[in-house]
Order: sequence, then C-alpha cells, then structure tokens
Amino acid sequence: MTAAFDRHLLVAEDISVHIPSGGGTVRAVDRVSLSLERGKTLALVGESGSGKSMLCRAILGIPPGRAATRGRIIFGERDLAQLPEKELNAIRGREIGVVLQNPMSSLNPVLKVGWQIAEPMLRHLGISLLKARERAVELLGAVGIPRPAERVDCYPHQLSGGMRQRVAIAIALACDPQLLIADEPTTALDVTVQAEILNLLGRLQMERRMAMILVSHDLGVVAGRAHETAVMYAGRIVEQAPTVILFDQMRMRYTRALFDSIPRLDAPSGQPLASIGGQLPDLAAELQGCRFAPRCRRAEDRCFAEEPPLVADGLEDHRFACWFPCEPGISVTPPGPLLPKRIMS
Amino acid sequence: MRFLWGKLVHLSLVVVAVTALTFLMLDHVPADIASEVAGQGATSEDIAAVRERLGLNDPLPVRYGRWIAAAVRGDLGNSFASGQPVVEAIRSHLPVTVELIVLAQLFALLLAIPAGVVTAWRAGSPLDRTLGTVAFGFASLPAFALAIGLILVFALRLKWLPATGYTPLTGGIAANLKGFLLPALSIALVEWVPLMRVLRGDMISTLKEDFILLARCKGLPTRQILIGHALRPSCFTLVTVFGMQAASLIGGAVLIELIFSLPGIGRLLVTGIFAQDYPVVQGCVLLIAMAYVGMNFLVDVCYGLLDPRVLKGGR
Ligand SMILES: Nc1ncnc2c1ncn2[C@@H]1O[C@H](COP(=O)(O)OP(=O)(O)OP(=O)(O)O)[C@@H](O)[C@H]1O
Ligand code: SF4
Ligand SMILES: [Mg+2]
Repeated sequence: MTAAFDRHLLVAEDISVHIPSGGGTVRAVDRVSLSLERGKTLALVGESGSGKSMLCRAILGIPPGRAATRGRIIFGERDLAQLPEKELNAIRGREIGVVLQNPMSSLNPVLKVGWQIAEPMLRHLGISLLKARERAVELLGAVGIPRPAERVDCYPHQLSGGMRQRVAIAIALACDPQLLIADEPTTALDVTVQAEILNLLGRLQMERRMAMILVSHDLGVVAGRAHETAVMYAGRIVEQAPTVILFDQMRMRYTRALFDSIPRLDAPSGQPLASIGGQLPDLAAELQGCRFAPRCRRAEDRCFAEEPPLVADGLEDHRFACWFPCEPGISVTPPGPLLPKRIMS
Repeated sequence: MRFLWGKLVHLSLVVVAVTALTFLMLDHVPADIASEVAGQGATSEDIAAVRERLGLNDPLPVRYGRWIAAAVRGDLGNSFASGQPVVEAIRSHLPVTVELIVLAQLFALLLAIPAGVVTAWRAGSPLDRTLGTVAFGFASLPAFALAIGLILVFALRLKWLPATGYTPLTGGIAANLKGFLLPALSIALVEWVPLMRVLRGDMISTLKEDFILLARCKGLPTRQILIGHALRPSCFTLVTVFGMQAASLIGGAVLIELIFSLPGIGRLLVTGIFAQDYPVVQGCVLLIAMAYVGMNFLVDVCYGLLDPRVLKGGR
C-alpha cells in the first residue's frame, strides 16, 4: 500500500453500477473515482437520479437487484469489491454506518427503536442484551432525544420525523464506525429540523472523528459542512474540489447552474429563480460527449461529440469536466445565507 | 382495545343472522319430520302427538325465538334421532375436529412459512419456480385424493401409520397422534399452498422497503433480515387466510373425517342432515358460525400483535 492509503480511509476507483432493466442496462454510476481522508467530509451533490444513492450502495456492496458493480473500493486496507459477503457484513454497520433519506420508511415499524439500535451492537460487538440496551439509551441521549430511557421502548410511529432521523443516526453510530454514509439525511424533513440534524451530524462527526459522505441534491446544504465536494451528473462526477475552492470558482457549467438554482435570501426580491431546463439523459442509452450538453447554454459541437475528461486546470485538487468552463476569475457570490429550497416553494 | 369490542357486537349479529337463515331454510325442506321421528307404522295420532311435542305447530318466529333463547342458556335441544342433548353430541365430536384443525394448520404453516420466505427472497430463481410448480400441483389436488394417496403409501405399503381409526387421548398421546397424522397431512398439503402464495407476495413487497435496506446496511445476516425484519410485517394476509381456512375446517373437513373414520363435527353435521335431525344440524351451524366469528376476532387480535400501529388507531 502506498503512503496515500495511510491518510485515506476510502479510495474508490472506477466504480460503475450497471442495472439491467426493461429498456436496456441503466448505467446509474459510470466510472467514478473518489477518495476520502480519515475524519473528513466528502459531499456528493447532484440532482435527483444522478446516481448518488447508487454510488453509496456500490461502496456498501448492496447494489439493487441484479445490478453489477465494477471497480476497486479500498477501505482501510481491504478491497471491498473483492470481499465475500460474510466479511462485508462484518464491516457494514460496524465500520461503516448508514443513514438513509426517509426516516418514515427506514425504520422497521414493528420493532422498538431500542432494539433497532441494539441490533448492530449485538451483532458486531458481542455484548449482552442488557449492555446493548444501556448503550442504546446513551446513544439516544447523544443524538439529542429527550428522556431517552423512555423513548428506547417506543415504536417508530410514536416519534416525529426529526426524532426518527435521530434514531436512525443513533443506529448508524452504534458501533462507532469510521465512516458514516448519510444519503440525503434531511431531504424528507421540515426545514426547521433540517439544520438541526445537519448540525448534529457535524458535531457527532467531530467528536467521534468519523469520516462522512454527505449526500445532498442541494449545494446550499453542503456549504460550510464538507471539506470536499463532488458534483455528480448522470452517473459521472463532473466537478470536484475542496468546498471552499468550489464555491470560490465554479468551473463546470452544470455546477454553476445547480448553484444558481439555490434560493437565496440576499437575492433581489421578485427575481425569478434560475432553474435548469430539460432533464437528465436516459441512462440506458449509449451516451456520447458531455452528458450535460443537451441542457447547457454554452454547448458547442465538440460538447456533443467528445466527452470532456475530469482534469485539473491550475489548481491541482480542483478538477472539472468541461470543454468551455466558466472563467476562473469570476467568482460566484460567496455562499451567504443559503436556504433550502423548500422554504420558497 | 375498543375496536375489538365493536367488532364483537358486530360479529354476534352475524351469528344471529346465520342461525335464523338456517332455521328458515330447514323449514322449507319438503319432508315431514314428525312422521320420520314417530317411525314406521305410526298412526296419524302418533304423528300429531310427536308434532305437538316437538313444537312444530308453532309459527317459525316463535320456534326460532324459543331455540335461540334456549341456546343462550346453553341448551341446543335434543337430537331427534338419538334423544341425546345436542350440546353433548357437539362436546364429544368437537375435540376431534379441533385437534385435526390444529395439526393440519400447524403442518401447513411449517410448509408455507419457509417456502414463502425462501421463494420471496429468491423470487424468479429456479428454486422459486420449482416450488411454485410443486405448490400448483398440490393446489390442484383435492384433499381426499391426497388422503387416499397417503393411505396407500404410508398405511398400506409402508405400514407406518394406521389407515383409519381414532384413538382418544386417553388411549395414549402417541397412538392418538398417529391416528391424526395422515388426515392432518392430507389437509395441510392442500392448505399450505395459498398460505405460501400470499406470504411470498407480501414478503416480496416488504423486501423492497427501506428498512430492509437499512437492515442490510447494519450488516445483519440474511436469515436475521428475513425472519427478524421482513417476516412479521409480511404476515397480515397470511393470518387472514389462515383464520378463514381454520374456521372453514370446523364443518368442512367432512370428507377427510369420513375417509379416516374420525368422529368429528363434519361427520356429525352430515349424519344429522341425512337423518333430518334438525336440532343437530342447527347446533352444528351455530358452532360453525361462531367459529368464523371467533376466528375473525382472533385474526384482529393477531393484527394488533403483528403491528403496534393497529392498536393505536388503526391502519
Ligand atoms: N432498481 C433500479 N432499477 C433500474 N434503475 C434504477 C434502479 N434504481 C435506481 N435506478 C436508476 O439509477 C439512477 C440513479 O439513481 P439514484 O437513486 O442513485 O439517484 P440519486 O442521485 O440518489 O437521486 P435522489 O436524489 O432521487 O435520491 C436513476 O436514473 C434511476 O432511474
Ligand atoms: S462540456 Fe460543453 S456542454 Fe458540457 S458543460 Fe461544458 S460547455 Fe456545457
Ligand atoms: Mg438517492
């Protein structure tokens, strides 16, 4: 192993997820590489259907149905893609915790929340039932649930959406994982609760020195919360940089369009929100050129013919895939007060 | 628990309606019960006396009222044929039927649950298709045909089990169970098929739920995910079908009871019908209606046990 792997907790190379379906093979994730240092946060941003969840599931080794995953997924010193199911199961839930998008459906409705938190501990840590229950109460307290000793015996339907997502976070943290994958942890929640949950995740991550993959379709969520941001479009990463640099100078035109679609408090009132016209290409079709070209205002012939490579231009750790990038000098307004989209709609 | 009480009231009305309807239908059977009961060679005075004694001269509503009033007090009248109290007759036949049903449904569950879980988990696989075909085969056979097949193999050829006959529990548990094995199996081999199918269907949709994905993300082994997470939320239709099957077997296992000479309720009922022994028929109908109602009630209780949300204001 090279020195890079000491710093890096996760190095994924050339990951593809191909899902066989009626209309051909859906390339939900196409040759994506990323890396994540210990204790750091990587944000994955892209609109709905861009392949964020499939990428997460590929890392976990749980692609949907009969889908095939390709690529190398080096976690610690092992290649998860090569591990048999049994050894993967020893890593899932123990070294990698997961929080899913919708807390209304991601908790089992017929099991008490305490049991659902205890389960991974019983499975991975070999502790007694009593001890697991004690720790479940502690965890409920740690994720900010009042009166945890009572709540541990609740069923999910007895808790609010925000509380349920806290329970889901407690489940993910149960075995003190090194990596937390949070797949749109706040998308299904009320605006007021969203910030609370994101702050909680940030705090827990610092305290426990976890690395985190924070998935969102909202660039606004990511600002100030992730060290590194990768923007996904149609199964590909199209721009990736340290978050500060990305917000300082967005090069790829899709990133820019995504940014312009964030509702902002400081925008002159009455100004219409720039939405990205058109829709994602059909991922089951053979795609040529830049995948954003059909929707890009700047697109030229070359964009439709040749796929731009994901490369750096100047700054080494800022890579983007665009033939005609935005000017590097023209910085976008720094992420001032950003609001989740919902408040506007 | 309030919804259970409401249910209970509703279901008692069903019992009353069903028994009243039976009364009405039996009244229209073109046969003179009194002359049957009086026996051959009875004079018309004898017959008239019998008619008077049995209260057959009263109008139908009066007779039904009398019957139900007595039934509430636990008196279902006496058999026309044997003079034995109907309650006695039911009491001696019911344990046989109950044991048959319990064993049959137990076997059916033992077949249906593993098969349903495995075929849902591996839906579309060769295993799923094979089991589906096997199930289809069993579903298209009537229970009595299976019974005859089982007798041929296990009783006549292998001589492992008795072909027919019933040993009461007082004759030893082993002997008693031996007598029930083949009849229960004949029923179970037919009943497991719908149970498996509904479980497979519900389980396939449960396995698509987010909470199953999360269970996999926790690193739980497949068995624990299937049994510990997916099975319970997939059991609602299974429980409903199970309850209906069990209730219908109270009077519906006649052929099996006859083939294996088991003195159960089905046999009591059919004998009663052929002998025009109306108090017996009426008593059996009451029992069957109550069994349906009772099962319905139990199924609702099971819903509550399966899903904590049911008791808190309904799904
Ligand atoms: N089971 C499946 N069968 C076929 N295609 C699928 C399946 N699941 C997902 N896809 C496709 O894979 C692509 C990526 O989906 P994915 O769920 O990763 O998107 P996402 O970025 O997470 O979006 P969202 O923000 O809505 O969660 C989508 O185009 C979707 O249509
Ligand atoms: S490569 Fe061309 S089409 Fe793609 S984002 Fe850049 S300018 Fe637009
Ligand atoms: Mg998603």
